[in-house]
Amino acid sequence: MDFRDTPEEAAFRADLRAWLEGALGKDWADQAPTVGRWNEAESRAWSKKLYDAGYVGITWPKEYGGGGHPHEFQGIFLEESARMSAPDHIGGIGLGMAGPTIIAWGTDEQKKRYLAPLLSGEEVWCQGFSEPGSGSDMGAAKTRAVLDGDEWVVNGQKVWSSWAHIADWCILVVRTDPEAEKHRGLSYLLVDMHSPGVEVRPLRQITGDPEFNEIFFTDVRVPRESILGQPGDGWNVAMTTLLHERGTLGFALTAGLEKAVNRLVQLAKEPGPDGTRPADDPVVRDQIAQFWIDLQGLRFTNYRALTSLQKTGVPGPEGSMAKLHWSETNQRLTSFAQNLLGLTAQLDGDGAWWDGFWTYMQLRSRGNTIEAGTSEILRNIIAERVVGLPKSR
Amino acid sequence: MDFAFSSDQELLRAAARDYLADRMSNDRMVALAESEAGTDPADWKAIAGLGWLDPELGLLEHAVLAEETGYALLPAPWFSTVALTWPLLDDELRGAVAAGERSATLAWAESGGPTTIADAAARSTVKAAGGALTGTKLTVPDLTSVTDVVVVATDGLYAVDVTANPGVVVPRSTIDKTRRLGELHLDGTPARKLDASLDALADVRRRAVALAACEATGVAQRALDIVAGYTKERQQFGRVIGTYQGVSHRVANTFVATQLTRSIAYWAAWAVSADDAQADLSVAAAKATAGENSVFACEQAIQCHGGIGFTYEHVLHRYYKRAQWINGFEGPGRKHRAAIAEELLGPAA
Repeated sequence: MDFRDTPEEAAFRADLRAWLEGALGKDWADQAPTVGRWNEAESRAWSKKLYDAGYVGITWPKEYGGGGHPHEFQGIFLEESARMSAPDHIGGIGLGMAGPTIIAWGTDEQKKRYLAPLLSGEEVWCQGFSEPGSGSDMGAAKTRAVLDGDEWVVNGQKVWSSWAHIADWCILVVRTDPEAEKHRGLSYLLVDMHSPGVEVRPLRQITGDPEFNEIFFTDVRVPRESILGQPGDGWNVAMTTLLHERGTLGFALTAGLEKAVNRLVQLAKEPGPDGTRPADDPVVRDQIAQFWIDLQGLRFTNYRALTSLQKTGVPGPEGSMAKLHWSETNQRLTSFAQNLLGLTAQLDGDGAWWDGFWTYMQLRSRGNTIEAGTSEILRNIIAERVVGLPKSR
Repeated sequence: MDFAFSSDQELLRAAARDYLADRMSNDRMVALAESEAGTDPADWKAIAGLGWLDPELGLLEHAVLAEETGYALLPAPWFSTVALTWPLLDDELRGAVAAGERSATLAWAESGGPTTIADAAARSTVKAAGGALTGTKLTVPDLTSVTDVVVVATDGLYAVDVTANPGVVVPRSTIDKTRRLGELHLDGTPARKLDASLDALADVRRRAVALAACEATGVAQRALDIVAGYTKERQQFGRVIGTYQGVSHRVANTFVATQLTRSIAYWAAWAVSADDAQADLSVAAAKATAGENSVFACEQAIQCHGGIGFTYEHVLHRYYKRAQWINGFEGPGRKHRAAIAEELLGPAA
């Protein structure tokens, strides 16, 4: 046990730190945060910069454009990114979900075709799992794909698809065998979002932003070979995606929470709307220290999980715990910060406090306990698959 | 970066787990807890034979053993000896401890005076004169089961052999009968001044808190294992109660609390062992987390058991009471969060 960097890790960290300061400017992290979401072009340009510098797909095999580094390096990347409040790569769904699933299940041709443009941010991916009638219960998916010659013909509707409005590709769970038992009749397609018959309708979230979407598929033709695994493997392939979603996500969640804790410390040290500093209030101090402790709990739980990830290459179901802990901490933290601002937190236009940063973060955080597995589903997974209680359904 | 215990440390853990499962079943632990002596000297000899008192062991080995002895609720003064006095003992005492002939605890608290090891050096009033100590120490852990007590006095640290001065030990009725507290009434009691100075208490405190957090991890893990076992078997309304989400989600929350405790406890143990720059912060985080989370874990386990979990017959209350001791040790979580806030936010106006 030694939590310090090895010489290789220290060198990687030093290079990265210098690169980030060069690319963003030394004082990037000290700027007052704004809602600060870049437009698509800026975000793609930043993603390309990261890719060219070798900081995307750090742990992926070199033959597919990755860095071939151990998982610790990805942890270092996210720690340093958080320290700098650096922007995210545009392809979160691709990097965290589609890519690892293609690596696990894809043919050599598929890996060659999809992985490099995914890493560089040239191609953005979205996820088509949930439907209006099947959210947590993915096995009940109704979107159909029927083989017609050398093409699948897809009809149906998906929902809650983040980034679908800018996506080039979709990992899509479809029913290919309506006669089979519900989990066995599914298949996992890779669908070009620019195909005729694909229609994306943005859904506004409670933040007012259209981050997620409905996708309608009407007679969309997909090449027969654009499938991961065999027809009927869809459930198992999707489970790989979800394990990665909740597993390797841990570091990104730590980084995000660290940014939020740093911002909260920054907020507490400034005079609030009534002219007093929240940092002088003992109750505020107690709470902020607790958020910091919650952050360390997440950080070191992730690090411990690294050991099993390094051994097996697959994240364990413990990833569900990190996501559960993060989402509920993030909700408490953002609500706490918003409350420090009192009624001024209601203002979200020009001249609002940090351009409405905390209110945006607070409202957005309500999605955290719903997206990527609700807290209720995650507690079921922990109780049943980790602790070993009998299945509730 | 390497976040795992070494294979030797894991072997030590497995051996300790096996030994305690075999020799310190919950039934035997309860029998000892309810006995007059509260401990069996044969266990102390056995522990020494296993090497758990060897001077060669480092803090990470102690961390492994603290977790396992917490899991078993071992009724022997291992924690008091190793976590509370280890760096203070001289070679003579340490050698006798390693041989299983002596055992030790630390006496720091006083009425209206110090309540924590952190403020013991500055606030102790026990006075030394001519090789003898006078004054009273409170809530001394395992006082009735050790041979020697390290006493924090105004001008230094002293060892008192309580086997030679039996009148100084005043047992107090204690809820955690596996870690009984006593009062030390010193009145011109012969004492030997130790080489370790009062400054050494800072190191003792960091070690003790890190190890208490590891012990809390063991306590929480046992509460989790007990409640998982029960909710897999117990039936109501024709179904195993672990299938009800009102029950299973409490168990899931207990798992999360246990894992968070473990993560931070290991961090603190490593940071103290390596004298890392964040050692003090990690210790504060460990104390705040371990106390509150182990109490939480036991409370969830009691609730999921229904009435049986509330009885004296059931073992859970014994783990609960140990968790409460850990929660109180070195002050409540908010004191440690205040220290963290000082680091993050600077001083309050």
